[in-house]
Amino acid sequence: MSDDKKYGAYICTGCGLGERLDSTAQTNVASRDGKMGVVREHGFLCNAEGVQLIRDDLASGEVSHVVIAACSRRAKTEAFAFDDVAMARANLREGVIWSQPDGDEARETTQEMAEDYVRMACAEIKFMATPQGDPVSDTSRRILVVGGGVSGMTSALETARAGYDVTIVEKSATLGGHAATLQTRIPQQAPYREPEPSGVDELIAAIEAEARIEVRLNAALTSTDGAPGRFEVEIGTESGSTASERFGAIVMATGYTDYDMANLPELGAGKSPDVVDQAGFEALVKAADGGPIQCPTNGREAKHVVFVQCAGQRSDQEGHLPYCSGHCCLTSIRQAMHAQEAGASATVLFSDLRTPGAAGEDFYRAGQECGVTFCKGTVSEVLPGDDDLEVRYNDLILDEQTSLRADLVVLATGMVPNSGVDIDTIAAEENEEADGVAAGAEGTAQENTVTIPVESILNLKYRQGPDVPQLKHGFADSHFICFPYESRRTGIYPTGPVRRPMDMQQAQEDATGAALKAIQAVEGAALGRAAHPRSGDLSFPSFRKEGCTQCKRCTVECPFGAIDEDEQSYPLFNSSRCRRCGTCMGACPVRVISFENYSVETVGQQLKIVEIPDEFEEKPRVLILACENDAYPALDMAGMTGQHYSPYVRIIPVRCLGSVNLIWVTDALNNGYDGVLLMGCKKGDNYQCHFVKGSELAHERISKVDETLKTLSLEPERVLTHEVAITDIQRIPEIINDYMKTIEKIGLSPFKF
Amino acid sequence: MTDVVATNQTILVVGGGISGLTAALEAAECGKQVILVEKGPSVGGRVTQLYKYFPKLCFPTCGLEINLRRLKANRNLRVLTMAEVTAIDGEAGDYRVAVKLAPRHVNDNCTACGDCADAVEAEFDNEFDFGMGQRKGAYLPFNMAWPQRYVLDPRLIGTPDADKAKAACKADAIDLDMVEETVEMKVGAVIWATGWKPYDAGKIQPYGHGRFTNVVTNMEFERMLDPFGPTDGKIVRPSDGKAPTNIAFIQCAGSRDRNHLEHCSRICCMASLKQTTYVREQFADDVTSTIYYIDIRAIDRIDDFYRDVQADPNVKFIKSKVANITEDRDSHGLLLHGVDTEGYHRYSNPHDLVVLATGMEPSVPAGQVPGPVTGDEHGFVAADGAIFGAGCASEALDVNRAVQNATAAALRAIQVVNRVAATESRDV
Repeated sequence: MSDDKKYGAYICTGCGLGERLDSTAQTNVASRDGKMGVVREHGFLCNAEGVQLIRDDLASGEVSHVVIAACSRRAKTEAFAFDDVAMARANLREGVIWSQPDGDEARETTQEMAEDYVRMACAEIKFMATPQGDPVSDTSRRILVVGGGVSGMTSALETARAGYDVTIVEKSATLGGHAATLQTRIPQQAPYREPEPSGVDELIAAIEAEARIEVRLNAALTSTDGAPGRFEVEIGTESGSTASERFGAIVMATGYTDYDMANLPELGAGKSPDVVDQAGFEALVKAADGGPIQCPTNGREAKHVVFVQCAGQRSDQEGHLPYCSGHCCLTSIRQAMHAQEAGASATVLFSDLRTPGAAGEDFYRAGQECGVTFCKGTVSEVLPGDDDLEVRYNDLILDEQTSLRADLVVLATGMVPNSGVDIDTIAAEENEEADGVAAGAEGTAQENTVTIPVESILNLKYRQGPDVPQLKHGFADSHFICFPYESRRTGIYPTGPVRRPMDMQQAQEDATGAALKAIQAVEGAALGRAAHPRSGDLSFPSFRKEGCTQCKRCTVECPFGAIDEDEQSYPLFNSSRCRRCGTCMGACPVRVISFENYSVETVGQQLKIVEIPDEFEEKPRVLILACENDAYPALDMAGMTGQHYSPYVRIIPVRCLGSVNLIWVTDALNNGYDGVLLMGCKKGDNYQCHFVKGSELAHERISKVDETLKTLSLEPERVLTHEVAITDIQRIPEIINDYMKTIEKIGLSPFKF
Repeated sequence: MTDVVATNQTILVVGGGISGLTAALEAAECGKQVILVEKGPSVGGRVTQLYKYFPKLCFPTCGLEINLRRLKANRNLRVLTMAEVTAIDGEAGDYRVAVKLAPRHVNDNCTACGDCADAVEAEFDNEFDFGMGQRKGAYLPFNMAWPQRYVLDPRLIGTPDADKAKAACKADAIDLDMVEETVEMKVGAVIWATGWKPYDAGKIQPYGHGRFTNVVTNMEFERMLDPFGPTDGKIVRPSDGKAPTNIAFIQCAGSRDRNHLEHCSRICCMASLKQTTYVREQFADDVTSTIYYIDIRAIDRIDDFYRDVQADPNVKFIKSKVANITEDRDSHGLLLHGVDTEGYHRYSNPHDLVVLATGMEPSVPAGQVPGPVTGDEHGFVAADGAIFGAGCASEALDVNRAVQNATAAALRAIQVVNRVAATESRDV
């Protein structure tokens, strides 16, 4: 601790704090126990006058580090906003007077609570520094777009139009991707009645005319290293040459591969050339060039065309796609219109026709009006006959098995994302090898997922593997409904059908959004600011090399693959990849990782300064480490809505349960706490942890505490982890109060002094 | 007088729901100056009225908390609540905008202590609960409302309650003399993200919403699940407050229908599937759900959610557009009449709670936007016009897609202000 830190504590007596609490006693605690140089009380700290009081002390140099003992850190943030000043807040309003009953009986325990929170804030501030940020020096603002299909081209154009340079790397010899093979596209403009020109030529022309865009064809990424603002990428070409380039962020628009219809022999695939997929039909329309559509077998005119929806999709059958590809209903309508126009009659067999929105429904109606027959039925078989094909199906309306004759059958098969290597499978296999046991329980979602032979797309030199982690069914999507672009690799944004199945319009919109995220990543890196969800955070982790045992836990557990290893297995932090959750800090067994304003000390000192009553007082103490994203707001709202909970708990917010270092738990037990509760977000398949794995890792780590408890002869109930949600405003107080009954049952800790 | 600093390099976002919040935050986090204008007293919008999101069954306020933290931390973003844009003149890069600010009668001294709410007596229908419950005349719209400041209902002004509220406030936050004002500002780009409103179920005459007590909309059903909502979190029959036994969900209520909304609102199938999980969560095997549908649109990779619900033995699917509903006046039980198109059977099925899956219509139809927008015949605002439509103002979208769409809109706005910046630096 350097001497230039000057501490000031400001104790608010507004909002009933003055009436419910003894502020003089708090002042004494702050100066005596908290060793604050300046301690001031104010009747209304968040109003202009109260804030000015603090500002004056800061301006005069009398105070450099501020403790605010008032409302929750989530309240009145606009009033208590002091630039470049370290600040700790003691939550006396929501956390004390609002969560405790009023009245003489509760007065003593309420006051003890408040005094402890003042002590804790004073302890915390001593170990806090103002984060200085770690801006990327010489930030590259150039954006790399991988993939030259519609998504990639759109991302590139939109990025360039915002004033940024872009390079497109496309593995084939031309731009355009799948869309280049299309005759038309689903309409994107009102009144959504007719197929529109695909627009691909215009897109390519726009790319060629845009001075900010450079295109590399027949090229792929052979190596990607670095971090947002400073990605070092090797671009290899077919001829074998490579070029090293620096980029600020990456948009991954690698699209999809058509599902292989050879998996569908029951639908006639491979048995007759007159059974085609949507891409095959597109080629026939193109070949017809406005004339009649000809059957591939013998060139006769296709008079009856049947479209089979959901072919090999929405099915749990092995080899099928478990999902809906989203665009195929609209695509079949568009293709059926072409068939009708060419003089054929078109029938669409579907189980649920999915034409969402205003555009979708208008186009569906247009299809009906131009004479396309829509029939609700599930196709069981397509049988090649002598002259034509027999489509056997269950007519769901008439509830009967029936059949149709067709000259041409179009199977609406789906999209398989080009998401590269599934790094989670690799990691699981490695674990399996390392542990010599099946990794089974983790469930890497491989079952029933159609995989195509893959090569890595990004060839990331990251410690955790060469590509972006995948979500369900192989899509490189974000797991978050509210935050669709939160990939688990900062500065790399999958977009278009590699992210989720989608049609062209969706892909273009998605690609525009991804372009924004890429630009944002670059601008954030240049200032040293964290990306979502701690957007703008300037703190970043650093480690003390001399203490490090090279155990690699931090590099393995980082949910964002932000930490690499050097040759000696020391961690190499990449702050612009880091999301500041502190999972590395929680993982570290020797506690050498810390942030300027969040560390083993900022929390550890708080829990140690709490006054632990001796065993004769019969006042237990329970430490709650609460996730600041969900559990802590729920606790605040419990106070706001008058839910009361035990006065014996002391709550410390943490960035994520993943940041909880076991030393806090053992320190608490050794200091005489009677129990420790961890409250974090839901884990598992539908996890709600904002840092992906934090909650799960905390559960895992705590499960290992049981051993320690046994050796200390402590009951396993002394340390519990709960999954809670931000809506558990009534449930969390119940959890707390139930836990106090448990403590009563098992008795106070034997470790009181 | 409210002072708003803005230039033609400022981005104006109209609407503080999840789309508007997202567009504003994403642009601000790119370093742009943003003004967010919200008509209501707090940000968060329609999603704050929902219990859970499909398909993860997670809670909307979880994402809101993150967005609020982003908002609080970002100095580039200025939020005006109870503010309505009344005029937008000019062109991209150079707009003049008029914003009408309604009086909140509570200034920023407010600490949200709640003393004013305790002091006043008058209660009004709670719009947050679609009038299913009452709220005080001085109120915080919901637990996570931000700005965390109370509101005085304008109907209180001039009544003794207003004086009681003022007297109760120790923070000197209540200003009964606050009046409506209009501020004018210059901005470079405008994102129109005014969202959606539920289609008026009363217009679907044969379904009896408003006449039959036990016919509710899907949004009203959502409000029942809020522990702080009108039924304390319980699914009940409004007629007697008791648990239902046999719930019907009617899909496309007023959607995909030439007499009502022609479009498909995209979300309602998933919303009803999701709501059957609420029923299971609350009643286990004791209550059945029946979904009357035309097509189940569980689009793209969330189709497995549909299959999971299909596997629930307590959920039945009937392919039918329900013709009409009749009510037994004594028991308030309901009979749904129609034809099951799978096999063509006529039915008259009894249910004791009916949930109408009503669709979305734009809150502000394109024709009523006070500025240069491109609209379609359904009233949606084009995403790529002079003013950028975003979220459900531009198309019926689920949350995930609305956020995606709003992020794209933010970039379109940035392109405009970056162009302005480039031109101005050239001119200097």
